Amino acid sequence: MSTPPSSDSTRATPGATVQTPLAPARLGPVRAILANGVVVTTKETRKTPAVTISLAMSAGAVCDPPDAPGAVHLLSRLIDRGTRRRSADELAEALESRGVSLTINVNRHQFTLGCACLSADFDAVLEVLGEIVIEPTVPDAELAVRRGEVLTAIAQDEDSPYIKALHELMALLYGTDHPYGRPAKGTVSSIEAMKIDRLRALHRERFVPSALSVVIVGDVRSDSAVAAATRAFGEWTAPTTRAVPLPSPPRATARRRLVVPMMNKSQADIAYGFVSIARSDPTYYASLLMNNILGQYALGGRLGDSIRERQGMAYYVSSALDASVVEGPLMVRAGVSPANVDRAIASIDEELARMCADGVTDRELAESRQYLIGSMPRALETNAGIASVLQNAEFFGLGLEYDVRLRDYLSAVTRDDVHAAAQRLLDPSRAAVVITGPYDQPDREL
Amino acid sequence: MASSAEARVVAPVRSVTLGNGLKVIVQEEHTAPLASVWCWYKVGSKDEGQGLTGVSHWVEHMNFKGTTNIPRDQVKGIIEQFGGSWNGYTWIDQTTYLETATSDALDRMLFIESERMARCLYHPDDCESERTVIISELQGGENDPDQLLDQELVATAFKAHAYRHPTIGWIADLESMAREDLYGHYRRYYVPNNATLVIVGDVDADAAIRQVERHFGQIPAGAEPPRIRTAEPEQTGERRLTIRKEGTTAYLKVGFHAPAAGDPEFFPAIVLDAVLTGAKGINLWFSFRVPPPQRRTRLYRALVDTGLASTVSGGLLPTAHPFLYIVSATATTGTPLTTVESRLLQEFDGVRQQGVSAAEVHVAQTQLKARLVFDADSVTNIAHQLGYFETIGCPEVYRDASARIDAVTPEQVAALARRMLSESNRTVGWFDPLPVPDDVSRRHSEHERA
Repeated sequence: MSTPPSSDSTRATPGATVQTPLAPARLGPVRAILANGVVVTTKETRKTPAVTISLAMSAGAVCDPPDAPGAVHLLSRLIDRGTRRRSADELAEALESRGVSLTINVNRHQFTLGCACLSADFDAVLEVLGEIVIEPTVPDAELAVRRGEVLTAIAQDEDSPYIKALHELMALLYGTDHPYGRPAKGTVSSIEAMKIDRLRALHRERFVPSALSVVIVGDVRSDSAVAAATRAFGEWTAPTTRAVPLPSPPRATARRRLVVPMMNKSQADIAYGFVSIARSDPTYYASLLMNNILGQYALGGRLGDSIRERQGMAYYVSSALDASVVEGPLMVRAGVSPANVDRAIASIDEELARMCADGVTDRELAESRQYLIGSMPRALETNAGIASVLQNAEFFGLGLEYDVRLRDYLSAVTRDDVHAAAQRLLDPSRAAVVITGPYDQPDREL
Repeated sequence: MASSAEARVVAPVRSVTLGNGLKVIVQEEHTAPLASVWCWYKVGSKDEGQGLTGVSHWVEHMNFKGTTNIPRDQVKGIIEQFGGSWNGYTWIDQTTYLETATSDALDRMLFIESERMARCLYHPDDCESERTVIISELQGGENDPDQLLDQELVATAFKAHAYRHPTIGWIADLESMAREDLYGHYRRYYVPNNATLVIVGDVDADAAIRQVERHFGQIPAGAEPPRIRTAEPEQTGERRLTIRKEGTTAYLKVGFHAPAAGDPEFFPAIVLDAVLTGAKGINLWFSFRVPPPQRRTRLYRALVDTGLASTVSGGLLPTAHPFLYIVSATATTGTPLTTVESRLLQEFDGVRQQGVSAAEVHVAQTQLKARLVFDADSVTNIAHQLGYFETIGCPEVYRDASARIDAVTPEQVAALARRMLSESNRTVGWFDPLPVPDDVSRRHSEHERA
């Protein structure tokens, strides 16, 4: 049903074709495709005299060369430190003197640049962002300092039981040969060895018009926004890039458990998970509802009710479904006193087994469905919220009316569908379990 | 091109006080079919006595655990059925609860808050199970060296004022507090004459006020809650602390006693922080989630661009009484804290001696005013600001923020910097990590176990 952008046939349309929704949509964004393949989606709002700009390049951490993990992330620390026309200081002045703070992030599949600006500054700010994306100099003189920042951040991650558990679980589920199994920041040795030419080559190969989605939301008319995007990105040419091959990860056949003692810490963190489904999987909406009932609704769903409310063991416990281009993780997270680690894991096992055996109730399904449908107006309240929904819809090919259609997708899910999703995804005997923190008991489960 | 030239109509803020003393603030905002309700109480961790640190925050947790008319297991879901979000927080001056949902849920939101004000249960079993949840929250915070250092720095900077103890409380108090302590605190402070109810959204103000009357009008006023009297005496010399604990990264914090929100020097202080570390705005709920523009600020250039620190940040929050301006830096791996500190103190001395330029002040003003625009983009954020400043006793600070930012002069900033950034007014904190034992060798892995 949904497809990643590289296979979206509308991208091949020549010229700046503007599509409007087929049926009246509540949000009603406008989507245009520039001649070079850049997709521009806009939505005019009038709440404040401000505009949110979100640029997403399909150049996330999966594009790291296998022998250079962390390259894309390090590029993100350098990309706004100079362009052919402006120095780092001039770039900073052009943005910051207008109150603009540019946020640059790298996730598994996307390299994103985002900011809010006053509507009076919109044209000038978009022009600067265009320069940063198209013609950064990636200066060698900046490399040593930015490398030092990343190495420090890696050291901080190593000292965080919460992040450490996440990284270890992803490595356990996917293996470090799979891009999902490697942390985006890379390793100390890969970052220390990184050369500037590697980062420049990465930019040259991966930053191309057909990989860019521009979303503009706020106090600017849609035709003006598309015209500004055309000025900023329309002349850019570069050959279409080859997608990174992403194998489907293997499904686990047995339970795995890893304990990483960090005896200098106060609280233990648990990361408990499975390889789940791709976003395009036909059971996605059943799985989304199942996850909401299991570990989201009303502060942690069934897991929160058992582990936090009834047993008082954890400040945080929840589950998250991260369906992605290929099968992403479904992860349960909890932070507990070291004395409660075993009891907490047993409770997670118990709740998962119960849902596999008995499914969910009519009431649970109705409440979670109503929650997810009713959350959309809140998600669409702010410019940043709208931009996030639109970028997500673009990336997964969900269409311009996704905000309206979500109701239908969720309404079509039955209790049996949710039960089947639980049985498919939540088998405790195939879970991977990671424990980090002041806990040193390898054999408790034996 | 941009349509900002067209006039925006901003509805006036309506404010009434019910017969029982409940202050009600309503602002119509019809740009989305949503409403946000916040109920604020003038009680925070500064109102806690010896042996009861953390009681306000624990009470906040207990107020999600069932009321006379809302069963315990429905408190959290009752608003999510409308697709709404809910939350609450406790800080040094205030405790607050919120719901944001489609505006047809307004009556439901008001019902929840009226129940919370007057009819929470405090079942002894729930008090006990929440004790361990809160201790878990405290331990989670201790896992983060930056948070640990922040807590110790504040405790060192204050020797008399109750701002000195953390909102979560000290562990011994959390272990010993009893149900009666919690319930007594609840009954003392959760009275209409100590609360402000804020509604912002797609509502009719007159009708909304009538709904508030219906839900809250019968709750009797209580005795005026006690207020603390101890003010922090002037600091007369530098204070220092060092935490030596296993870790991978070194952190530095320097805290200075700073003006309260209602002080005429608050805005010069906000401008000074913008010049030093970047403009953050004045919304505790929202501003700090978006990083400030800081590439051209003094401390970013001095510490981050030189490779001494990987991050630097400043924190100056609007508070009822004088709190702290805290500058934090993360030393890059291999850089000694003494080097980072000496460079940082050099920058403070520079601004004390030479002040700031008119151009720096102008940029800071532009950034701060842009931030006010960005921060006012949701009914939730607007409602937060109206209630927050009412609760700390200076609604005019929010109402007139833009004009007050504009009125700041370089001379005011320089004068403030000379006093506030002095050696005798500062507390310096180090997290100086000890080597982490090679735990990796003790990793335990068990695979392929059925």
